[in-house]
Amino acid sequence: MSVLPYVVAVWICLVGLYGIVTSRHLLHTIICVSVVQSSTYVLLLAVGYRQGGVAPVFVDIPHTTPAVDPVVQALTLTDVVVGGAVTALLLAIAVQIEKHLHTLDPDELDPLRD
Amino acid sequence: MDEQPPRRPGELSFAARRRLFLVGAAGLGALLLWGLFGLPDYRDVVPLYGQVINHSAVEERSSTAVVSAVNFDYRGFDTLGEEFILFAAVLVLALLLRRLSEERRDRHEWKARHEHTTSAAVRLTCAALVGPTVLLAVYITAHGHLTPGGGFQGGVIAATALLLVYLGSDYPTMQRLRPLPLVETAKAAGALAFVLLGLAGLIFAGAFLENFLPLGTPGDLVAAGTIPLLSVAVGLEVAGGFVLLLSEFLDQLLVIRRKQEADS
Repeated sequence: MSVLPYVVAVWICLVGLYGIVTSRHLLHTIICVSVVQSSTYVLLLAVGYRQGGVAPVFVDIPHTTPAVDPVVQALTLTDVVVGGAVTALLLAIAVQIEKHLHTLDPDELDPLRD
Repeated sequence: MDEQPPRRPGELSFAARRRLFLVGAAGLGALLLWGLFGLPDYRDVVPLYGQVINHSAVEERSSTAVVSAVNFDYRGFDTLGEEFILFAAVLVLALLLRRLSEERRDRHEWKARHEHTTSAAVRLTCAALVGPTVLLAVYITAHGHLTPGGGFQGGVIAATALLLVYLGSDYPTMQRLRPLPLVETAKAAGALAFVLLGLAGLIFAGAFLENFLPLGTPGDLVAAGTIPLLSVAVGLEVAGGFVLLLSEFLDQLLVIRRKQEADS
């Protein structure tokens, strides 16, 4: 099944979006944001996969061995780091929202409240 | 179905919002799949760029872990940006979680919360794991150019050692083990070292972040020129950043209190 990873990536993305739309708690929303982001890891790694390829680490194998794409793996690492930074910032904002408004339900957050 | 908050005029009901999303998601999913199915079959094709790097990284850069060679050499400039994204994120986080004017640091609260709440078994396991965790972090960082790993992974592992200390002891012990000025200095020094290594490449080899050091033999610990040095710089910055990040959240939980609550 060559399309399976794409289907999985799209499914993870949509499930995360569903979570964001129906979320009743900001921590849940933040976790759903990272679920949406994790769909990009699946997509990137799938694009770089090669049938029968080894991991791009040539410690005890010749460097001509067919291997998967190292560039998308490096991009995935960047993706993970940025994901961590975004999650940390969102959590910090959630802490302050709870402190000031005493709620974490996104539906109770009114942009016009003081 | 749990209770709904009162709706404001013009606001969609929960069920209507979900229906609207399902329609939109079906469209988005169909478009994404349509686009992705048009890609060449990933099993047979490795993009040329990746293939070229796979074939040349070991000879050109003496780095057996090609992902690290991409991160700290071929795409070194992007990694600089990535490092500063993390740097900026931790700075903004410290700003967001600073002690506000109506708050004060409660120095006694942690005693009530954390004395005699951790079992001896947990404390012993944590104490036993701190050393190996730090060693693993150093290993993963230092061997980034040989085996999978590098500064980002090693730095995060190093920061988890601090959480183990907190889990196995108490807040003051953890505080003594993470002198924040030193942690901040390490974080800044890591970021600075990356830029300086880049500038050294500009001076000695003619391009920013060019690998200007002797490359050595592939598979040796001291090899691959600037790749392990950049990896260590990133490791320092990430470890410092994550220690700072974890400390800010723990402070919010344990010692920062609203003034009137703490006084009453």
